[in-house]
Parts: sequence; C-alpha cells; structure tokens
Amino acid sequence: MTDMTLSAPARAASRNWTRIALRWLLFTLLGLFALFYLMPLFVMVTTSLKSLEEIRTGSLVAFPREVTFEAWRTAWSGACTGIQCEGLRPYFWNSVILAIPAVAISTILGAINGYVIAQWKFKGANLIFSLMLFGCFIPFQVVLLPMARMLGMMGIAGTIPGLIFVHVIYGIGFTTLFFRNYYVSIPQELVKAAKVDGAGFFRIFWSIFLPLSLPIVVVTVIWQFTQIWNDFLFGVSFSQAGTQPVTVALNNIVNSTTGVKEYNVDMAAAIIAALPTLLVYVVAGKYFIRGLTAGSVKG
Amino acid sequence: MAHILDIRNLYKNYGSTEILKDINVAIEPGDFLVLVGPSGCGKSTLLNCIAGLEPTSGGTIDIGGRDMTEVSPKDRDIAMVFQSYALYPTMSVAKNITFGMKVRGVDQATQEQKLQEVAQQLQIEPLLNRRPGQLSGGQRQRVAMGRALVRDPKLFLFDEPLSNLDAKLRVEMRTEIKKLHQNLNATMVYVTHDQIEAMTLATKIVVLKSGIVQQIGSPAEIYNKPANLFVADFMGSPAMNLIPARTKANGKGTRIEIERAGAAPLVLIDAHAKDLPEDVILGLRPEDIAEAGFRAGEDVQEADCLIDMVEPAGADTYVVSQLGGKHVTARLHAETSAQSGEMLPLAFDLSKVSYFVPESGERLN
Ligand SMILES: Nc1ncnc2c1ncn2[C@@H]1O[C@H](COP(=O)(O)OP(=O)(O)OP(=O)(O)O)[C@@H](O)[C@H]1O
Ligand SMILES: [Mg+2]
Repeated sequence: MTDMTLSAPARAASRNWTRIALRWLLFTLLGLFALFYLMPLFVMVTTSLKSLEEIRTGSLVAFPREVTFEAWRTAWSGACTGIQCEGLRPYFWNSVILAIPAVAISTILGAINGYVIAQWKFKGANLIFSLMLFGCFIPFQVVLLPMARMLGMMGIAGTIPGLIFVHVIYGIGFTTLFFRNYYVSIPQELVKAAKVDGAGFFRIFWSIFLPLSLPIVVVTVIWQFTQIWNDFLFGVSFSQAGTQPVTVALNNIVNSTTGVKEYNVDMAAAIIAALPTLLVYVVAGKYFIRGLTAGSVKG
Repeated sequence: MAHILDIRNLYKNYGSTEILKDINVAIEPGDFLVLVGPSGCGKSTLLNCIAGLEPTSGGTIDIGGRDMTEVSPKDRDIAMVFQSYALYPTMSVAKNITFGMKVRGVDQATQEQKLQEVAQQLQIEPLLNRRPGQLSGGQRQRVAMGRALVRDPKLFLFDEPLSNLDAKLRVEMRTEIKKLHQNLNATMVYVTHDQIEAMTLATKIVVLKSGIVQQIGSPAEIYNKPANLFVADFMGSPAMNLIPARTKANGKGTRIEIERAGAAPLVLIDAHAKDLPEDVILGLRPEDIAEAGFRAGEDVQEADCLIDMVEPAGADTYVVSQLGGKHVTARLHAETSAQSGEMLPLAFDLSKVSYFVPESGERLN
C-alpha cells in the first residue's frame, strides 16, 4: 500500500534497484560455484607444469615457479604402464580408433531405430522400445560375464573390434531413446507426403529426417563419446595388453610407479586422457544445449 | 464408362472405434468429387485410405480399374495436398515442389520447366528459394498445392487446400482449381468445409456424418433434394428452414398447418404432395420465401407473417419470423420495406419444398 504514495518513476526506480541487487547476488553465487568446480582443474594443471622437486617443497595451490613440460612429455611417451614404458600414446590411439567407430555406429543405428519406432509404427513397436529403454538401465556388471563369453564365441575377445561391439550394443538403448524422442515430435504427415511423392524408407530418412537431425546428432555424439571414451570397466574387462584404452593405461601409470610418486606425470596423464571429451564439449556444447531443448519442427 | 475411383464397402477402424462405415462411392474420369461433413466425421481418414496411407479394415478401393487396396501409395498414381501442408522443413520451396519428380527420376530440364509453370500459376515465384518456415500459412498452402500440381496423376486428393487463405485469394484459387480441373480434365477428390467451394467446384458431392455416407449427388441434388434432415441443415448458408408442421389430405393435394404463437396457424396448400404422414418437418430454403409479389408461379402461396428481425446483408435482406416454434429466415430483396414487429405478406414457393419424417429425418418427397 505504501507504494501507492510513491510516484510512478520512483516506483520504477526502486524496482530497478531490487533487480540489480538480485542480479549481483546471483552472479556472485554462480561465480563461487564456478570457482569451486574449477579448483581441481587448477590444481591438476599447475601440478602438471611443476617439477617433482617443486611439488615436494611448494604448496599444492601455488602457481609453478618454473613452468616445465617435462611431465607432459613423460606422460605422453615415456611413463611406464607395468613393464612397458611407452607412455599414454599407444593407448590414446587405441581409444581413438575404438571411440570413433563405436560412436558412429551406435549413433547411426540409434537414428534408424528411432526413425522406425517414431514414424513407422508397426505391431510391437512400443514393446521393442520399452525393452530398449530397459537395456539402458542394466548395470554394466551384470553383462560382463555373458559378454565375455559371447566375445569369445565370436572370436573377437580382447580385440578393439570386440570393444567396439560391446559399446555399440550398450549404446543403442540410449541413442535410440534420443532419436525416438526427437522424431516423435515431427508430424506424421511428412512421411505420408513423401510416400505419396514416391520416396521409400531410406530415401525419406536420408532426405527429410537426417537434415532435421543436427541438434540431436550432436547430443547423441557427445553423450556416446563421453561414455565410450571415459569407460573403464568394459575397457579393463575386455582388452588385452596391446588393446587397452587410455583410461586403463592411465590407471596403470598411476598405480605402477616405483619409488617416488610422480604427481606431475599423473596429473598430465589424467589431463591428456580427459582432453578429447573436453574438446568435444567446447566445440559442440552450444549445440548440445540447443539439442536438448529443441522443440518440434514446424512445417 | 470405367470408374477411375471405385470404393466398395469400405470400413476403417482405429482399434475398436469404427471411423468409416460401409462407404460406397464411384467416380468417372474428369469428375470433381467433394467430401463435406462436420469436423471429425472421417474426411481426412477417407482420403488417407484412398491414398493408401492408412490400411483399410474392410472393402476394396479400385483406382483406374485396378484393385489398389493393398498397393503402396507411390504406386497408386495419386497426388495429395495435406490439411497440415506437410512441407519438408529443410528443403526450399523449389526443392519441396520438385522432390517427387526427383525421386521418380524425371530429368532436370523437365523438373525446372514444370516448377516454373506451377510457380507462376500459384503466384509463388518470389518464394522459391525460401524455407517453409519462412512462409505465411497461405503461402505454405500454395506450395503444398504446387507439390501436387507438378505431377500428372490419375487422381488428385485435396484435404482442405484453401482453408487458410484470405477471402480474395481463396476466390482466386478456387477459380484456378476449377480452371485446372477443366484444362487438365483431371479427376479430383476434394475435402472442404466451405459450402460455396463445394457447390461451385463439385460435379459430385458426398456428405459424410460420423463415417456414414448421408447422400451422394450432384450439387443441385444435394441442395434441392437433401436426403435427410442432416444434409438439409448442413448444406447451404444460411441453413434451410426446417419447420414442424401438420398435414391433412386435401383433395388431390395436402393442407399444411404450421403453429404460430399468439396467432392463427399458418395454412398452406401443397397441390402436389400426397400421402404424407400427419406430422412432418417442412424444409424450405430462405431464398424460397420471398416478399409477396416478388415471386410468381403456380406453387407460390402467400401469407401474412410477423417479422421479428430484419438483417440487411448488402445484396439481400434477411428477415426472421417465428413459425412452428422455429426461427424462419426469408431472403428478401435489399430495398424491402420490412420492419421488425410488423406484419408482412410472405410468398412461400412450395415447388421447392422438402418434407422429412421428424423422427428418422428421412426425406418424404
Ligand atoms: N490415428 C488415429 N487413431 C485414432 N483415432 C483417430 C486417428 N486419426 C483420426 N482419428 C479419429 O477419426 C475421426 C476422423 O478423423 P478425420 O481426421 O478423418 O476427421 P476429418 O473429417 O478430416 O475432420 P476435420 O474436418 O476436422 O479435418 C476423428 O474422430 C478422429 O478422432
Ligand atoms: Mg481433416
């Protein structure tokens, strides 16, 4: 009621002040959260740039007095994983040639599955979709033994194609879910119109649905890449000496130091192992948000 | 002559709900069949069944003399305009229009030529490079038309193609479609809500209600001799007057009495009607009730009526009177001296009258 006595401009001014104050409060809070999250990264980066000597004598959160990339070099090509001392490099490439096809195949299969389930309703489509969803929630541990046996029977146990196979199977549930949910919002008339125009199943997918799919492809690729690159359990269970992915090698480096613990090398190795996922987020993060919030497509 | 489209005993269910019931329609080459009916009566569903986009639950559909009931849409030789346009959102207008030709392997030069023809016809030349998302509703609708018109199919299927256009454009497009129909001698099945569209375009009208065919006939038949109360009420604007009346045989003809509140019943003598039941619903279109002296003929009968309302509508003036407990509308000439609250002699043209059974709604004469 006191507002009634204020003139209109005065009221507007006081409202403005409240708004600005609230804004600042919000930014301060967000800034604090950001600092909190960035702290470990800061420690990792600075530690990886210090010499062992400096680590032993200096403080954990201090900037390096003298920047050296020695630890990075060691981590990349000299650190020991058990008996071999080739650094992360070979395992990093293992992860690359594992993740790229696994991401590509699971995304393509997910797109086709989603397209069929959302737009080509057939008897039992809902049941199949439910089963796939269920597949998303099966814990990794449950499938380890049956999968090992299956890979053995297929003759691809301990190989990179074997790991690709595992990741594709495990990823299809998620990728199908993503694409199906995206495609159900697309009006059924599009398929009908294309059918009348004479286009078939794959033609419609290729010419009409795929061009619409960039946001959801980005979401799926980021999701799958993060999952597959960061996976440890499948990597450690289904690989052999030469085919281990980078996560397993990182673990071996950190655990197989003899004598002094080389924190700088460990940190550098950890950052190297995490770099590709970071990169994917930086490059495609904008589309990720857009893809998650993308609404239906207006004809 | 061979039917170009012959639908026999067609049924369509979604789950346990029957959407279409025992549809039988046949049309000749060059026919323009218009489907009308209230929203949700199954018009789009019927069109989808003809196109092969929805499986049928019973009956057969022949197109061009071949049983197409199980044939896929692309082999039915049809083109369709969808109610929701269904334009391909990532393709330009030009690509949308030529997609069908591209899929069918038509050569580039022909595609380009057809595209230009259609774009000119539909006045969408300046839009060819835009995406559908950058068009207004009416523009989208014309693009959707264009996509059908570049083809040369046995059968065109149109699902309310003009519903989103403004009045002027709609009239233009209506004329355009009519011309197109005459020039191409194309066969068309056309869904609309618009009475005038139905009357001006159709060579044959099908009136649907709840998935059941109410009447099939030429526009004149549907308009002048509606098969039941539903059709009588649905077709025509303003609607046909449907007045409860009592009848009594009167020599060779029939004496018709219509109750009026606070006045003696209105009595008309129909010299031709015979063997009517005692209670009927009398149907007379507004234009068949005129001001006395403005309509002549041996079946025209005059009577004084109390005018409740006068509604000038430009070219005509509508007056409303209370007869048989119903508002009855008469269409008078624009310069009428009718005043609300006064008596006016009206002329009822009984040569155009329809009689219906009150309970079943069936037509009697
Ligand atoms: N996929 C479906 N599943 C179940 N019922 C449906 C489906 N599609 C349509 N229907 C029902 O079928 C009936 C007919 O629908 P249809 O779209 O053919 O109506 P319409 O005559 O074209 O109406 P409008 O004039 O509003 O376009 C409606 O009652 C509708 O609810
Ligand atoms: Mg419809």
